[in-house]
Amino acid sequence: MRVRDILFAVLIGLGLWQAIVILTDAPHFILPSPWRVAQAAYKSRVTIAENAWVTAIEVMLGLLIGTLLGVATAIQLAMSKIVERLLLPILVFTQAVPVFALAPLLTLWFGYGMGSKIVMAVLIIYFPVTSAFHDGLTRIDGGYRDLSVSMGAGKWNFMRHIQIAQALPSLGSGLRLAAVYAPIGAVIGEWVGASKGLGYLMLLANGRAKIDLMFASLIVLACLTVLLHIAVGLLATRLTRYAQGTTSP
Amino acid sequence: MNLSPGISIKGQHRIQGDVLFDVNLDIPGGLWTCLLGRSGVGKSTILRIILGLETGGAFEGIFRATDGASLNGRIGYMAQSDLLLPWLSVLDNVCIGARLRGEPPSEARARDLLRRVGLMEHTDQKPATLSGGMRQRAALARTLFEDRPIVFLDEPFSALDAGTRADMQELAAEVLIDRTVLLVTHDPAEAARLAHQITVMSTRKVQNWPVPQTKALRDINAPETLACQSKLLEYLRGGTA
Repeated sequence: MRVRDILFAVLIGLGLWQAIVILTDAPHFILPSPWRVAQAAYKSRVTIAENAWVTAIEVMLGLLIGTLLGVATAIQLAMSKIVERLLLPILVFTQAVPVFALAPLLTLWFGYGMGSKIVMAVLIIYFPVTSAFHDGLTRIDGGYRDLSVSMGAGKWNFMRHIQIAQALPSLGSGLRLAAVYAPIGAVIGEWVGASKGLGYLMLLANGRAKIDLMFASLIVLACLTVLLHIAVGLLATRLTRYAQGTTSP
Repeated sequence: MNLSPGISIKGQHRIQGDVLFDVNLDIPGGLWTCLLGRSGVGKSTILRIILGLETGGAFEGIFRATDGASLNGRIGYMAQSDLLLPWLSVLDNVCIGARLRGEPPSEARARDLLRRVGLMEHTDQKPATLSGGMRQRAALARTLFEDRPIVFLDEPFSALDAGTRADMQELAAEVLIDRTVLLVTHDPAEAARLAHQITVMSTRKVQNWPVPQTKALRDINAPETLACQSKLLEYLRGGTA
């Protein structure tokens, strides 16, 4: 049922696109038809696949590293009032700096390779993951805290056995956001300076007036993002069900 | 010989400068003391003060065990909510205290306790699959796993239906025998049935109440139990002692 709905929506989108091409009579270097884009995608399939692979790796590594850093920071913030008082305002302040504005600097520091794009993705998802998980860790049921105190629990053991598990649904919410933001970070990094990746390919195609290839790259990027969103959504649902005791880990 | 110590507490509890209550209470060792009173008089607060939990106010006074030793680590606690961790099995929930202290849990002992509370068939299930009564039995097994000589029960049966509540009262009286139990309750019937000592708390005073002369875990329909329950209810509704 769901697959049928998606296919139906895609068909409607393609139909609308084709209708706009016909009605506006736009030249193909301004708005190529879906068929022309499909032809370009097939012709350049190897190039697109190679560049998509690079972007996918950047996004996945950025997501992984950003999540690990965010989780570690959130745990530190939740465990120490002093760290929370010192670090949280700094973290919030850093959000006032648009991460996109840092892209040229990151390229300068980490080069034209994957490094600068991974760092960009890490920076863009770090705060949402940290913030969501920290919120979950500190919104602990007071009854659990009372029980733990009466049982003589250590701070770390309380964190390890209760707080983290109870905060997994919040981490899932943070990861859902991260899955949307991470590709944006990687592609912006590629726009600023890269030799590979879908963002780079789009710029290259644009510069050579190959708008059909640009559209093909854009569609592949959108598909990658949707796939990532679905995968992370499944993970987030699993985390929530685990915390609710309705599924095994 | 009874090894469970009693507790005495004397002092005044204030919230933002206002006196919530004055207390001078002796909880006898190895027996059940039921603490009754209207909502908001501070019954649970007394329990929380002794346990060292957050109360939202300040207690000025002293509390100590009658054997002179520290109370630290000698009090088990069971709340109204079962506080079972949804992601753990019933067995792992029973052992959680050991894990929280960083000690290796004895699963054999946990299984034995689950057998005592009638949950042997449900050790690997998650709490979400259990009924309210079964969850409270699991919470009772978790309290027993701690093996503390003193146990504080904060309205643990109040959310259960009448039949399950009566069953849980019997089970708790059986498995907590010889321990010092402080039960906070709203229910005069519960106090009349279970208590060796009934203490009634109001904003003005904390006073002991006459207990039926029959053995605790009394018959619900016995005339002494019903009379005690009736007089308690009358007092709690604003009558006189």
